[in-house]
Amino acid sequence: MIAPLATLLTHAAGPDRTGTGQPGTGQAPRVCADPAAARQSADLVAVAAGDRQAFARLFAHFAPRVKAYMLKLGMPAQRAEDLAQDTLLSVWRKASLYDPAKAEAATWVFTIARNLRIDALRRERHPEVSDDELLEHEDDRPPADELLDGDRRARRLRGALAALTPEQAEVVRLSFFADLAHPAIAERLDLPLGTVKSRLRLAMAKIRKALGDDDR
Amino acid sequence: MTARQLFLPNHHPSDAMLVAYGAGSLGEGLSLAVAVHLSHCPDCRATLAEVEALGGALLEDLPPAPLESLSLAATLDRLDREEAPGNPCKALHVEPQWKRHSGTPKTTPAANAQGPTPVPVLPRPLRAYIPALDGLSWQRLAPGVRRVELLPRTASGGAAQLLRIAPGTALPHHGHGGLELTVVLSGHFADELGRYGPGDLAEVDGETSHQPIADSHRDCICLIATDAPLRFTGLMGRLMQPFIGL
Repeated sequence: MIAPLATLLTHAAGPDRTGTGQPGTGQAPRVCADPAAARQSADLVAVAAGDRQAFARLFAHFAPRVKAYMLKLGMPAQRAEDLAQDTLLSVWRKASLYDPAKAEAATWVFTIARNLRIDALRRERHPEVSDDELLEHEDDRPPADELLDGDRRARRLRGALAALTPEQAEVVRLSFFADLAHPAIAERLDLPLGTVKSRLRLAMAKIRKALGDDDR
Repeated sequence: MTARQLFLPNHHPSDAMLVAYGAGSLGEGLSLAVAVHLSHCPDCRATLAEVEALGGALLEDLPPAPLESLSLAATLDRLDREEAPGNPCKALHVEPQWKRHSGTPKTTPAANAQGPTPVPVLPRPLRAYIPALDGLSWQRLAPGVRRVELLPRTASGGAAQLLRIAPGTALPHHGHGGLELTVVLSGHFADELGRYGPGDLAEVDGETSHQPIADSHRDCICLIATDAPLRFTGLMGRLMQPFIGL
C-alpha cells in the first residue's frame, strides 16, 4: 500500500531536511523511513516563507491526488481540476497556518480539499474548531508527533490502512469517497446500522494503535 | 466569576460520527453540533486528528489523476495576481497560528455583570451563526420550551436550532428517522442514557427514542441538530411537532 512516491524524489531530500520543524525529542532511530512525509512537511514550511520551488513540488504531488479525490466523489472533470487548483492555491495562502508538529502534509492538504469540496458541492459550511480554541481545558498531552515522528507515523498509518479487513476498508472508503455518513452506508450495504458503526470503530482502533495512541 | 468547567465532557460522539465529520460526509447542522463538542473535548479532537490522518493516507494512496497540461502554470498565474502589490489577499501571510496566543476572552464583561446566572462562553463554531447566547430573541414553542433557529432545514432534511428548556420541563418522547445530536451549551438535561452538562453530546440514531428532561435549577440551553425530521410520539409530541419543526 505504499503510494507511488518515486516520481517525486528527483530532488532528493536528505535526512538533514527531514527533521525540519519536528520537535525531535526521544525518538526511536529511523529505520528505512519513508522520507516523503517529512519532505512534504519541510516543503510546506518553505512555502510559508514564499518558496515557489517547494510549492511546485507539492503541486506535482498533491494536485493530481486531490483531483482524483474530487473525481471519486463524483465531480465532473473540469470541476475536479478547478478544485485541485483551488486546493493547492489555498495551500499556498494558508501555509503559515500549517504546524508540522501536529499533522502530516497529506493530512493537512486533505482537510483543505475536504472543506473546499463541501463549500463547492453543498454550499454548506463545515463548522470547524480551530486549534487554538479548547474551551475551559488545557490539553496537556504532547502533540502526537512528539510520541512518534512524522516518517514512522506515515509508514505505520499506511500499514494500518493495509491491515484493515475488506469490510472495514469498504466502510472507510464509502465514508471518505462516497460522501456517505454511517446511516447512509448501512442503507447502501443493506446492513444494520450497528454493524457499520462497529466496523468504523474497529477501523479507527487500528488507526489509533498504529499512531501509538492506544492507551485511551 | 467565570464559571469554569472543572470536568471534561462525559458523553461523546461515536467513532462513526467522528469519521463522518472528519470525512466531510456529515451535513452542516450535525457538523456544527460535533464541532461544539470538539471545542470542549481534547479526547475527541485527538480522535478527529486520527480520522484526518486516515483521510491524508487515503489521499496519498489514490492513483493520481492526470492534470490539464497547463495546470501548474495556471495556478502560478493566479498566485502571481494575488501576490501583486496592493492586492489585499497578500496580507494572508500571517504569523503561524500555532505560534500565536489564543487571546480569546473567556467571558465578556457584560456576562460578568449579569449576576448569579453565569453566561456560558459561546464556542467559536457557533459564532458564525449567532453573536452570543444572551440577547437572542427566543421564540416560545410550548410551556417551558423556547427556540432559536440556527440553520433552516436543508435540502437533505437536516436542521439545527437552539432550545431553551425551563427546569423540570420534559420534551415529548420522540423517535428518529435519522441522526440527532444534542449538545449542551449551559445547564443540564437527563434522558434514559444519563445526565448531560455543558459540552456533553447525546447521539441518537434511527433505532432509538428518548425523552430529555431539563433537570437542574436553571434553564438548559442546548443545540439540537438533525439530518431528518423527528417523529414525535404521544399527544404532546403531535401537538408540538408543527411548531418545533425538528
